Amino acid sequence: MDALDGNAIAGLLHNVFSSEMTTATGTCATCGSASVVGELMVYLQAPGTVVRCPVCGNIMMVFVRRKGMTCVDLTGLAHMAA
Amino acid sequence: MARAAVQRRLTWQLATVDAVTDETPRVRTLTVGVPGWPGHQAGQHLDIRLTAEDGYQAEREYSVASAPGEPVAITVERLDDGEVSPYLTQELQAGDEIEVRGPVGGYFVWRPEDGGPLLLIAGGSGIVPLRAMLRHRQQTGSTVPTRLIYSARTRQDVIYSAELMELQQGDGVDVVLTLTREQPPGWDGHTGRVDAELLRELAWPAGQDPLAYVCGPTAFAEAVSATLVGLGYPPQRVRIERFGGTGGP
Repeated sequence: MDALDGNAIAGLLHNVFSSEMTTATGTCATCGSASVVGELMVYLQAPGTVVRCPVCGNIMMVFVRRKGMTCVDLTGLAHMAA
Repeated sequence: MARAAVQRRLTWQLATVDAVTDETPRVRTLTVGVPGWPGHQAGQHLDIRLTAEDGYQAEREYSVASAPGEPVAITVERLDDGEVSPYLTQELQAGDEIEVRGPVGGYFVWRPEDGGPLLLIAGGSGIVPLRAMLRHRQQTGSTVPTRLIYSARTRQDVIYSAELMELQQGDGVDVVLTLTREQPPGWDGHTGRVDAELLRELAWPAGQDPLAYVCGPTAFAEAVSATLVGLGYPPQRVRIERFGGTGGP
């Protein structure tokens, strides 16, 4: 499965963070690289939505929908700034 | 504060399909009336949610195909194994209702003040957000030099064909089509993929500080953007949007 990019989850991110996030900058907790969210690697076919760092490939964010609720794991994200 | 303007809660709402237009045998444009639509920028998306009788829901993001200020439209390519696109392209009719939310996104967006020269490169239905940009450019009277390179499988797969030909005739927009799977009799356009050779010939030289938007299937978008960077485009001047359809460039 090819990776998409952060643009593909603009609606999901807006819903979770209540703001347009694809132009924000996310910093990877693994390698420290800062990337525009629109350029992060996004996998929609995983169990849930997996967002990876385009530099080191480690997981930055995971979103799982469960019983109408979105569960969010941001442990791979050091920092996010609009 | 400017931030306040973007902090808008996204909610699903019912929209009415006002018109359906067949673009190609596999592609259809849906014009939808969304009550209270706050307006969109060229390149933004719209989310669509379908709910089955058993409650199962599927959501997809589609690029808005129309320019800011125009009625909201999306252009959908039918993927035969898709969950959503067969319904949108074959069953939905004018007068029907669908759930939408948006607009969303902001990275793959062009505003006239972003300038150019603009290089728009589309693979397959990746033309959709670029078409919104082209219409917006025209609508605002922008004179930014603009070149569109659009790769489609066959002549029949070219979306917005008549509109693009019209643009080519008058408006300071170069439209370059390349066909990857056929060479029809009398075809005087390009054939084959958008590769380094084609881009060396047709991309604005990096010295002109061009701004590139590349939209297409992941492999297409990554190959094209890597080639542009190889030609000297700074990565931050190459905006990419990948999509996952199987339609192909």
